Amino acid sequence: MSIDENTVRKVARLARLALPEERVAPMAAELNGIMAWIEQLNEVDVEGVEPMTSAVEGAGLAMREDVVTDGNDPERVLANAPKAEDGFFVVPKVVE
Amino acid sequence: MTDLTALTLASALDGMEKKRFSSAEITDAFLAAIEKANPHLNAYVVVTAEQARAAAKASDARRAKGQAGPLEGAPLGIKDLFCTEGVRATACSNILGEFTPTYESTVTANLWRDGALMLGKLNMDEFAMGSSNETSRFGPVVSPWRRGNEDAKLTPGGSSGGSASAVAADLCLGATATDTGGSIRQPAAFTGTVGIKPTYGRCSRWGIVAFASSLDQAGPITKTVEDAAMLLQSMAGHDPKDSTSLPDGLPDFRTACAKPIKGMTIGIPEEYRVDGMPAEIEALWAQGIEWAKEAGAKIKKISLKHTKYALPTYYIVAPAEASSNLARYDGMRYGARVAGKDLVATYEQSRARGFGAEVQRRILIGTYVLSAGYYDAYYLRAQKVRQRIAEDFREAFKDVDAILTPATPSAAFALGERSGDPVQMYLNDIFTVTANLAGLPGLALPVAVDAQGLPLGLQVIGRALDEETVFAVSAALEKAAKFSTKPARWWT
Repeated sequence: MSIDENTVRKVARLARLALPEERVAPMAAELNGIMAWIEQLNEVDVEGVEPMTSAVEGAGLAMREDVVTDGNDPERVLANAPKAEDGFFVVPKVVE
Repeated sequence: MTDLTALTLASALDGMEKKRFSSAEITDAFLAAIEKANPHLNAYVVVTAEQARAAAKASDARRAKGQAGPLEGAPLGIKDLFCTEGVRATACSNILGEFTPTYESTVTANLWRDGALMLGKLNMDEFAMGSSNETSRFGPVVSPWRRGNEDAKLTPGGSSGGSASAVAADLCLGATATDTGGSIRQPAAFTGTVGIKPTYGRCSRWGIVAFASSLDQAGPITKTVEDAAMLLQSMAGHDPKDSTSLPDGLPDFRTACAKPIKGMTIGIPEEYRVDGMPAEIEALWAQGIEWAKEAGAKIKKISLKHTKYALPTYYIVAPAEASSNLARYDGMRYGARVAGKDLVATYEQSRARGFGAEVQRRILIGTYVLSAGYYDAYYLRAQKVRQRIAEDFREAFKDVDAILTPATPSAAFALGERSGDPVQMYLNDIFTVTANLAGLPGLALPVAVDAQGLPLGLQVIGRALDEETVFAVSAALEKAAKFSTKPARWWT
């Protein structure tokens, strides 16, 4: 399955990565190189195999009490914001 | 006076306990060594000299009061992937800007609880994506090792290149690192140091910048197997803040290092003999087998027949998880924001400027394999092949107690030598990535130098939760190998 330039543009848009037009063709070539190498997985018989979801057998996800353990700390949450005002993140205008 | 920076963690702790020197003295010795070496090696991206001196003074006071913790006064380096309260953490990516965490990762908090202190933050590949430490926003790390008398700059490996270089050059007693496909073990092998990736879930991932969550594990890089056991003891443990963290009940890893391996069975996987592997690595592996026999272990050939599919599996699973994890970097709540004409353009510009080329490549692969219509063909199939790889190990561990392999398919290479072709770079992790996919503990230790004087390592892989056997076998090999070569300090 080869990745054409339109697919690269579409995937870049989905990933919210601005990709300059001159990078589209080289990126398609790089991705095709990697995907061609990955294609060898098609040789493996995976009939009836359960997909692996846990690295340690029988180690289920632990449940904890449904209680508040942390929070109510807006200064620390906002400490690294590129822009913040009155306890809020300031973001570009979304609705005209 | 002895060079305090050359001590192992165990001997430094012993020296402080016997009042031969203080934490303040050894901390000053490391800070002086860093000042000299770092302009050449670029191992540290932040040096927290003042905090380190203050922490050492406080540590000496605790020891004087008889309140010494197990790592009391030990100066360590911390990979920049770990969140450290009040000290910049960037995963060596531009997208994190000057991000300064307001909280501490669980692993580093555990180390401070036990009395250790931080010298600074260590360089790494951007978001831990790389095998040569060339993708860092702060530039590559240089290995303290050189080929013979050449002055070509060599890679310390990656992604934990700063950790490996700093430990090898005596710029800390030990360092934290992380391993998603080999990022602890490959740099350890390249720099003549010891690195262990424990069983998935031993170390909490809370406060560690996420790359591929089902593969990421923290572990130490140190000078000896015993030091690795001591650091891991402190780093590991259950954490309610990480849902994949294993329940409590850590064995004593340091005691395990002294366990005899007589009567154990060590597996030798045929599939780890790859085309183009240098004869020196073949010979080293054979030598490791001899040492294990001499220590009383039995040797058994085993087959891990899906080994060749491990890297392609990894390059679906890891980018897929990375593309999801890295979606959070949108320039809104933290990190660097680059304004565009509207909100979407601001996202796209912030991410295009903030992420480096390799990270962007992996985000695109991950987004592609997870996109509509391709999920079953790629991600789901990869998770099934991953199960096959794990089954191979489960089958093998019915007959053997540990598995012995080379750690890397080559010695360290020069910076720039392999950065042209991504797939060639990915092949560095061919022997290490299987343990990540199967969630198993793996330790790399140095055993010899090649004809050019560069270190080569072996890897010991154990059953899930059985780091004790990994430490026992590794300590026995370390004892037999008597590896003591150190890089010449050409930067002083």
